[in-house]
Amino acid sequence: MSTATTEGAGARTRAQVPERITPLTTIGNGLQLARRSVLKIKANPAEVLGLVLQPFMFVVLFVFVFGEAMMGDWRAYRDFLMPGVIAQSVVFATLGTGFSLSEDVEKGVFDRFRSLPIARSAPLIGAILGDLVRYAITVVMVLLVGLLIGFRPEGGAVGVIGAGLLVLVFAFALCWMSAFVGMIARTPMSVQAFGMILMFPLTFASSAFVSPDDMPGWLRAVAANNPVTHLVDSMRALMLGGDAASPVAWTLVWAAVITAVFFPLAVWAYRRRT
Amino acid sequence: MTDAIRAEGLVKQFKGKRALDGVDLTARTGTVLGVLGPNGSGKTTTVRILATLLRPDAGHAEVGGFDVVREPHQVRRLIGLTGQYAAVDNELTGTQNLVMIARLLGMGRAESRARTTELLERFGLTDAADRPVKTYSGGMRRRLDLAASLVGRPSLLYLDEPTTGLDPHSRNGLWGVVRGLVDDGVTVLLTTQYLEEADQLADDLVVLDHGRVISRGTPEELKSRAGDQVLELRTADPGQLHLAGKIVEAVTGSPVEVAPGDLAVAVPVADAGVLPEVVRRLDDQGLAVGELSLRRPSLDEVFLALTGRAAEEHTENEEARA
Ligand SMILES: Nc1ncnc2c1ncn2[C@@H]1O[C@H](COP(=O)(O)OP(=O)(O)O)[C@@H](O)[C@H]1O
Ligand SMILES: [Mg+2]
Repeated sequence: MSTATTEGAGARTRAQVPERITPLTTIGNGLQLARRSVLKIKANPAEVLGLVLQPFMFVVLFVFVFGEAMMGDWRAYRDFLMPGVIAQSVVFATLGTGFSLSEDVEKGVFDRFRSLPIARSAPLIGAILGDLVRYAITVVMVLLVGLLIGFRPEGGAVGVIGAGLLVLVFAFALCWMSAFVGMIARTPMSVQAFGMILMFPLTFASSAFVSPDDMPGWLRAVAANNPVTHLVDSMRALMLGGDAASPVAWTLVWAAVITAVFFPLAVWAYRRRT
Repeated sequence: MTDAIRAEGLVKQFKGKRALDGVDLTARTGTVLGVLGPNGSGKTTTVRILATLLRPDAGHAEVGGFDVVREPHQVRRLIGLTGQYAAVDNELTGTQNLVMIARLLGMGRAESRARTTELLERFGLTDAADRPVKTYSGGMRRRLDLAASLVGRPSLLYLDEPTTGLDPHSRNGLWGVVRGLVDDGVTVLLTTQYLEEADQLADDLVVLDHGRVISRGTPEELKSRAGDQVLELRTADPGQLHLAGKIVEAVTGSPVEVAPGDLAVAVPVADAGVLPEVVRRLDDQGLAVGELSLRRPSLDEVFLALTGRAAEEHTENEEARA
């Protein structure tokens, strides 16, 4: 490749850098930046601990505090609750996507990336791929806590893996919403605040902790149509046995809708901000 | 000699407010162009446009012969950017930070390692290579950030206030690095709030104020316009400052205004030879001197000389140094 022929600066063009961005370089750049996210997870044991601790508290507290009152038997409630807590943990974890994107913008890390001859979308792709790893870790952690207190899902490995994949698909959809919020929010902290306001009703007004049948009429209507309810119902059916077809279909439709709305919005906000 | 950077009539508005109002500048290949200006004068906005991070509303700029708006990828292949705040990952180690950039630039694993080792050594970070960046001092973080912008051997380097907030030792170290890069043939665009820094490093200077170029030339030309040195006088009795001001005015030929409450007068002087004359006349009048000194002009004083008014959003003044 003749590189030294650049007119003007007498510039030595960076030898390795391709003349233009191809889809292949985009994927390569994205994977490198996903690696960055994973390294950051590894480098921050406190965060990993948080990923474990929070679900641990939720599972243990809910099972033992509410279990008997809810179902007369904490073991029955444990089995009911586990899919719900997995879903809830992952839904909350998607907030991290927007938070870290916002942090990267604020710290000028995105400026550095954008001054490099790499694909423009690579930092966004990298952040989302890296976060999928984080969500997967979350799923495994909550499951481990469940196993520790005797959760033995009847759906077996296949059911558990199916439920795990489904929640990851849902998280993938939801993280575009988080990315969008992250790119329009002024500071990482406001992402956090906004997210909390959204995530609590989204997870509690669902079938995650209590069956919607036991809720007052108006709330029941909300919960029945909450995408998280479809997700949790699917996971319950897959893990504990039951008819999964309908809730899984609904969950996938919701994931597609959320992605269709928020993927373009996130990309738009990303381009505007960076 | 060709120009590495050529910008004409750059305009940038933020929500109706003009951050840049027609900035022209050129940087000759292999030299250091200093962009001097107080906070909010448009330095960072200029750098961001030249680094393809921001589109100008009007005007155009070429870097290495490529248009920053139409050919951003080609521009990015030439430049390195060190922003005003260190853009390194605090959770990662110094090595991890640099290897990541090298890999992004398409270097192989071994080459990335080698380049990283080389840069860490050059910036005195070898001992800290495998520590997370959050354990680094401010100066170390800046150096790593600078190293990160050099991974791809850019032929053009943008440094946005690289020494703001650094202690004098780290500042000197960074100056040395910049000089070394220039020796290697790198063109540097450096923004600063410090006249001394511009004087030390820049071959050419552009002075920005409110998004406009208010002066340009070599540091020497600029200083001679602003007065090479500043004579500062404090009388033992503040009540006599007015009288002392009249004497200084008579000797230097520069107008001196003393407002009530002023404790000192400061005047640009072209020639240090006026000092004995000032002393003699003060003595003749029987005025007791509190303090009398000659020092380099501060950025504020340069601004005063160039614009007839003080820099508005000034931060710390350049410390007086003989
Ligand atoms: N993203 C932005 N949004 C709104 N105003 C901005 C933005 N960036 C810069 N400005 C304004 O533009 C002016 C120039 O800013 P800047 O280029 O950062 O100056 P400097 O780097 O010299 O301190 C300032 O008044 C600043 O407030
Ligand atoms: Mg600035």
